Amino acid sequence: MVVCVTSTGDSKNSELDSRFGRCSHFVLFKNGAEDIEIIENEAVRSGGGAGISSGQLMVEKNVQVVITGNVGPNAMSVLSAAGLEIFKGVQGSVNENYGLFKAGKLVKISTTVPPHSGMSRKDEI
Amino acid sequence: MMIAVLSGKGGTGKTTVAACLASVINPSSYVDCDVEEPNGYVFMKPDFVKSLPVRVEVPVPDQLLCTGCGECARVCQFNAIAVIKGKPLIFAEICHHCGACFIVCKPKALTSELRTVGVVESNKEGTVLQGKLDIGEPVTVPVILELKRHIRKDMPAILDCSPGASCTVVQSIDGCDYCILVTEPTPFGFHDLKIAVSLVRKMGIPFGVVINKAMDDNDEVFDYCNTGKIEVIMQIPYSRLIAENYSKGVLPVAVDKKLNKEFERVYEMVKEKIVK
Repeated sequence: MVVCVTSTGDSKNSELDSRFGRCSHFVLFKNGAEDIEIIENEAVRSGGGAGISSGQLMVEKNVQVVITGNVGPNAMSVLSAAGLEIFKGVQGSVNENYGLFKAGKLVKISTTVPPHSGMSRKDEI
Repeated sequence: MMIAVLSGKGGTGKTTVAACLASVINPSSYVDCDVEEPNGYVFMKPDFVKSLPVRVEVPVPDQLLCTGCGECARVCQFNAIAVIKGKPLIFAEICHHCGACFIVCKPKALTSELRTVGVVESNKEGTVLQGKLDIGEPVTVPVILELKRHIRKDMPAILDCSPGASCTVVQSIDGCDYCILVTEPTPFGFHDLKIAVSLVRKMGIPFGVVINKAMDDNDEVFDYCNTGKIEVIMQIPYSRLIAENYSKGVLPVAVDKKLNKEFERVYEMVKEKIVK
């Protein structure tokens, strides 16, 4: 199972990024905590449709679970069409969030935040 | 002849200047390109009898023909398409109608569907026009393109642009003969004036600056204009009389004879520059 955690930096020790579409990096846990892939999110610089493009990336990378703070409406359409599960992350590192997920301590979400929420720099979890 | 009024910062007086200019030039047309919230009608008081919907073409996939190759999603510069489990998911509201997806679709699985995104409204004579983007629509350009198609060519047109210096403004001033940049003596007004100047310079359109709400000390703007060899074509004084009348939908030129003459002078000067 591939689990993706949205990250503010390029390591699994970086803080969780509360934004999905416009997060700084995606940290993919492929086979447990050791086999990871880190992808810089090119959608950060896009004028619009960041959530859609990030959602598409999840599908291409065969991600099954996304751990993030907030998901916009368009991203949610893509993720739910693909049948991905989304879990609400908590403040802390990417690795900690992955651990909490593994321990079954994160909550599944299906609600969205308003469009363009990720355009602001403010980190709200 | 098309004269555009822009500013960068909002609230500097674009509509005031554009509407004043249109009301002293006879005949002329006033064109409200601030399609996200057109308000020139407050001063021009037109009877909008004509209303034309603005429609755009968006892709619709034929699920039987679609092979799910994902080329359409990859070519879309606006991220308006995702292909999930071999099925394209189209986000019509962020589509910019460039048509790239139609070109790359090998099985020809995309057909187009018309979507209404706004209206162009006009009085009977076509001398007051405005574009109005539907609420919730993010893409202004199609409305401005349609609006500009309806501008009368037999008289000068004054184009009242939106704030900012993005696509909306670029599309509005494209093809104009002269730009009037309205600023105010505030740090924000000055900051955005510089952005507006770099835009019109890049587009190679002749321009001049109007200082609205001018006070005793407008040195910062003057110094900047002198250094850049930019002409300050007019100053409108900071005035309670103007503000009070403005709040009732009465233009400065209707209450101040001197300003009336000033706008006439500005128009004559702009005309000369365009001819040159």
